[in-house]
Amino acid sequence: MGRYALRRLFMAVPVLLGTTFIIYLAVYALPGDPIQALAGPNRVLTPSVEQALREQHNLDEPLLVQYGLYLAGLLTGDMGMSLTGRPVSEVVAAGWPVTFQLGVTAWLFMAAIGVLLGTFAGMRRGKLADAAVLGGTTVIMGVPFFVVAYVAQIVLGVNLGWLPVSGTEAGWPLAYVLPGLVLALYGLPQVARLTRTSVLDNLGADHVGTATAKGLTRRAVMVRHVLRNSLIPVVSLLGVSLGYLLSGTVLIEGIFNLPGLGYQIFTAIPQHDGPVVVGVGTLLVLVFLLVNLMVDLLYGILDPRIRLDLD
Amino acid sequence: MASSTLVSGSTSTEPGPAARRSGLWPELRRRPAFAVSSVMALLVCAMAAVPQAFAGWFGGGDPRRCDLAGSGLPPAPGHPFGFDIQGCDLYTHVVYGARSSVLIAVLTTAGMLLLAVVLGLLAGYFRGWVDMLISRVMDVFFGFPALVGMIVILQTLSTHNEVTVSAVLILFGWPALARVMRGSVLATAGSEYIAAARGVGASTPRILLRHVLPNSFGPVAVLTGLNVGGVIASESALTFLGVGLQTPAISWGVQLNTAQQYFTTSPHLLIFPSIFLTVTVLSFVLLGDALRDAFDPRLRQVM
Repeated sequence: MGRYALRRLFMAVPVLLGTTFIIYLAVYALPGDPIQALAGPNRVLTPSVEQALREQHNLDEPLLVQYGLYLAGLLTGDMGMSLTGRPVSEVVAAGWPVTFQLGVTAWLFMAAIGVLLGTFAGMRRGKLADAAVLGGTTVIMGVPFFVVAYVAQIVLGVNLGWLPVSGTEAGWPLAYVLPGLVLALYGLPQVARLTRTSVLDNLGADHVGTATAKGLTRRAVMVRHVLRNSLIPVVSLLGVSLGYLLSGTVLIEGIFNLPGLGYQIFTAIPQHDGPVVVGVGTLLVLVFLLVNLMVDLLYGILDPRIRLDLD
Repeated sequence: MASSTLVSGSTSTEPGPAARRSGLWPELRRRPAFAVSSVMALLVCAMAAVPQAFAGWFGGGDPRRCDLAGSGLPPAPGHPFGFDIQGCDLYTHVVYGARSSVLIAVLTTAGMLLLAVVLGLLAGYFRGWVDMLISRVMDVFFGFPALVGMIVILQTLSTHNEVTVSAVLILFGWPALARVMRGSVLATAGSEYIAAARGVGASTPRILLRHVLPNSFGPVAVLTGLNVGGVIASESALTFLGVGLQTPAISWGVQLNTAQQYFTTSPHLLIFPSIFLTVTVLSFVLLGDALRDAFDPRLRQVM
């Protein structure tokens, strides 16, 4: 296990360097003036602000030195200044609890609903319920995400008044139910379909036939022999999905006014507050990498086959 | 979920045996979903190609003829969708909005496919350091939550038009396709007819183009078809957030971005572009689904 963990950590290093370098190149090394790009196309900067930004981003140094300093800043939590003069790290500190709560809520919804639907469809293969789950997940994949968010907000929140639709006043869990549900739709189709496929595979397996032949009740067979094995691939997908939910937070927090990290990006875009978009965005990328790394390590503990695959 | 960024949990990209070419069309014709979705998709493409033909149905027809007096008014005779904030006929605008979505979908899909096929072919056939290099680059892109990466890069570009938006979508979209292509090429390259071709002294380019490419292309084509809807949805999401196409452009994303501020007073601004966008994305997704099932139903588990 130790060797596997070390290798996996080493594999993460080039990816980490690669992702940050791509962002860095895009922001600071493209032709044109990065300061102007950060500030937005039509903004006039006062010379003092421009000079401050230049020094802050070490733009007088050679490119690789610049990148090194930027990386060091990232790792020590210094993400520069927002154009409003607030340190980006403060913006992050204020926003991350909200994003964390939203992410976890959505993830729980996704796991519970996805596994339930998938199991249900797998057990009733070819029947109406199965077709409904398959059709429904296709439709979910085909409806743009922010459209669903608005429809849910208008119908469930404003017209019916069932759930809070804006801000975090109602606290957890109430304020997070609706945004969490909509965000859960982001990965729900994959979870439900993988569960279904996995249940189907296991239903046909020899050990299930043996268990049935031994005279175990249907329920005992399902829970102990089918579900337990079916969930192995699903658990790995659920882990990976946690990272992908981060992408959706930008849209969801913006629409539902939840003051998290995604909301900071959402509101910084029209203001052309480049440092916030880039800083918070980079942080989300780092979190995504970390989450995936942890999932892989956990998964290596759970399933020895993964560890051996690497060698 | 209207984004194709969520990679399916299974890592095996072993394609099933290629379906018989001759069987694809009759197989498709039997599916009602295919008929409906292809008609819808064709309609959208027709709208993109000749919006004039559709825009004049209710007497409007010129997207740039606007009257501020009508700003945000609800549907009226001759204007079935009402007016937007600039007082333009919303129906005309929604029809003209199809063009940018379809254009970006075409550009992005073509670009992604080209990159993915070339790089996947090289990585899967030559193995060794070429594979290592390409696979590491792919890993870097898999390390991005795609939407966030696209936002960051688009934010720092000074021009936002169909070409730059497509370029960023391609940048983050090719790795998923290239991975499938690579797996497919790996499976094909071990076949006996490839060894036979080498044996009779065929040149490497010839083997790649005549034997490997046609026999490993199927799964990538299927995944590309499944991705088209996702591309359109991603573009509209980026534009909606304000880092995609910008205002003088007529696009559904721009309309939705504007509609955000007025959705309590003029909900129709949000509703009609949403309906068109949803129907478009959905029909492309269903089309891709039908293609995949006709090609090889077992791919459903992987894609």
